[in-house]
Amino acid sequence: MLNAPYVIGSYVVTLGGIALYTWRMLGQARTAARQVPPEDRPWT
Amino acid sequence: MTGFMTSPRNSPGTVAVLDRAPTSTTFSRVLGIATLVGIGWLVVFGLFLSPNDRVQKTGVRIMYIHVPSAWLAYLAFGVTGVSSLAYLWKRTRSLAWDRLAGASAEVGVLFMGITLVSGSLWGRISWGTYWTWDARLTTTAFLFVTYIGYLAVRDLGGTHQQRAKRSAVLAVLAMLEVPLVHFSVTWWRPLHQNETVENGKLSGLMLFTLFVGLIAFTLLYVWLVLHRQRVLTLLDQVDDRGLDVAIAERRNESVPS
Repeated sequence: MLNAPYVIGSYVVTLGGIALYTWRMLGQARTAARQVPPEDRPWT
Repeated sequence: MTGFMTSPRNSPGTVAVLDRAPTSTTFSRVLGIATLVGIGWLVVFGLFLSPNDRVQKTGVRIMYIHVPSAWLAYLAFGVTGVSSLAYLWKRTRSLAWDRLAGASAEVGVLFMGITLVSGSLWGRISWGTYWTWDARLTTTAFLFVTYIGYLAVRDLGGTHQQRAKRSAVLAVLAMLEVPLVHFSVTWWRPLHQNETVENGKLSGLMLFTLFVGLIAFTLLYVWLVLHRQRVLTLLDQVDDRGLDVAIAERRNESVPS
């Protein structure tokens, strides 16, 4: 594929960035949830 | 283990699931699966099934992530602005609006970052350079920096209400930049191309792939904001609990033994 490094690179950066953000956010959620009982979470 | 593990409302199995994914619900899990399917489709259509462009050849494949991420960044900043207005209006003054604004801005910055990086790689193919100071690129970079500033202002400290008020004012002002970025290609005629979709330049499988990208990124946006505003709720509650503990300790210190 012509220009493959740029095309594939853009997909890798996009999906990698989203995955990294999601992983960090869910990790932060798990850490914070240890101090908040389930009955204080309005969505449960 | 903390005390809430023994809560009568939750069986041990439920508590284990809540601890592993504390911000998840059945709806968010279904939405998450739909998002993953959408992104899978986007990769398959974007990289393999859609045809090459006559002029841009394979470079056009970057459009399927670049354009949806830009649209979603606009939407995210719009949601931030509207939520901030809702917070500032006295009858709806609730921290839920503030947390929605903060969550949406954070996800918007992520999408705007993706727009800048993918656009830069696309520019290298189309224009032979990663960056040029034309009107669209410059205003987009300015918008990106503005919302990074907004997120920094949210972290300045103070009470939750102080944070909400100062960041809401900033968000309403920052929202005015979005039309500036969008219409920059018509007002200044820069190197960046005009609207491709609105002008009907796309059709067939290329248009379909672009819509797959738009739907996948919209689902992703909703999923991320849903979780992020729940994380912000948890963090606010942790803050409040820390303050309560500090006050109780201070009171105990002042009681003569």
